[in-house]
Amino acid sequence: MEAHLNLLVKAIFVENLALAFFLGMCTFLAVSKKIETALGLGLAVVAVQSITVPVNNLIYNVFLAEGALAWAGLPEVDLSFLGLVSYIGVIAALVQILEMTLDRYVPALYNALGIFLPLITVNCAILGGTLFMVERDYTFSESAVYGFGSGVGWALAIVALAGIREKLKYSDVPDGLQGLGITFIITGLMSLGFMGFSGIQL
Amino acid sequence: MNGEAKKVILDPLVDNNPITLQVLGICSALAVTTSLAPTLLMCLALTSVAAFANAGVSLIRNRIPSNIRIIVQMTIIASLVIMVDEALRAFAFDASRQLSVFVGLIITNCIVLGRAEAFAMKNGVGMSFLDGLGNGLGYSIILIAVAVIRELFGAGTLLGVQILPLISEGGWYERNGMMLLPPSAFFIIGMLIWAIRSWKPEQKEEPEFQIHEVHRTEVM
Repeated sequence: MEAHLNLLVKAIFVENLALAFFLGMCTFLAVSKKIETALGLGLAVVAVQSITVPVNNLIYNVFLAEGALAWAGLPEVDLSFLGLVSYIGVIAALVQILEMTLDRYVPALYNALGIFLPLITVNCAILGGTLFMVERDYTFSESAVYGFGSGVGWALAIVALAGIREKLKYSDVPDGLQGLGITFIITGLMSLGFMGFSGIQL
Repeated sequence: MNGEAKKVILDPLVDNNPITLQVLGICSALAVTTSLAPTLLMCLALTSVAAFANAGVSLIRNRIPSNIRIIVQMTIIASLVIMVDEALRAFAFDASRQLSVFVGLIITNCIVLGRAEAFAMKNGVGMSFLDGLGNGLGYSIILIAVAVIRELFGAGTLLGVQILPLISEGGWYERNGMMLLPPSAFFIIGMLIWAIRSWKPEQKEEPEFQIHEVHRTEVM
């Protein structure tokens, strides 16, 4: 239990996907203008991430890993080269389901997210989370905790950035730096701040 | 080459650059740019994937049911990336170790899917190929610029060749260690955007809130 708690804290703060590994930056920068939209997207990412990482963990351990097909009488088969395409298939299917559900039940959020909802599929944070899970050999329960934690960490970062950007309206930013430019620089400063978490161990 | 094709290729270089204007494909721009050699390889990999993925999606665009289009597009892109990944492992093993997960993450590079969704679904095969090529080149220009700045000022080298002699080796240049840390990429891209927008003022974003300058006469 303690190990899982440690993993959770690590996934949220120390190894924050957005600010320590720079994953999911495109949506991170583009959908952080308003706190509400950022929160909506953050929740969507938490949902997708908490489902995909454990599901991909199952797929990897049951079908793809070296020797995993022993239950089917094929102990020598190693399908791990099919990893990328199967993970992304799972992610894309889930995002499409989420898109249809939101369109049907929460049209306001659906319209606010716009093109960035289908782009969750190509949110590197989601695929990155799965790849880290495979690389670090998490068990099923660990992968569930890691998926949830890394999603929460990403959501936290995007909401924090949106908060700062809302306050930016009181600042006098030079013309060319308006919008995207200043956002890059703020994110750089935030990630410098998050580097302070590195090395924390529970 | 006719005018339209030329426009499709040249437009994404500066006027409609995928990184600085469309805000796409930034993750890898930050992570692989600490030195120039892996950056060049990454640019080559991404440009070829973008061009062929666009051509592939465009080829079957009239047969893809719109509900599952993203899955179809992702499958095409993922297969291409697996091919690039295996090719790199076979012919450039060291470099592929250096790039590690970031070759795999080309799948989730939003430039590729963004262009497939926005351009290849509506245009012919040849044009889509050129559009992918152009956007890949636009991405490459920014990445190479960032990598040159980071490697030159961070380590004093370019492609491993010493350009600025370091103090530790009897020269005059003190390394700027921050350039090798990831956050510096944010600052460099931010400054690049500032530079491009000063050069091309039509790319400037309208300020959402204008600070009102109060004149003395208004107050009275």
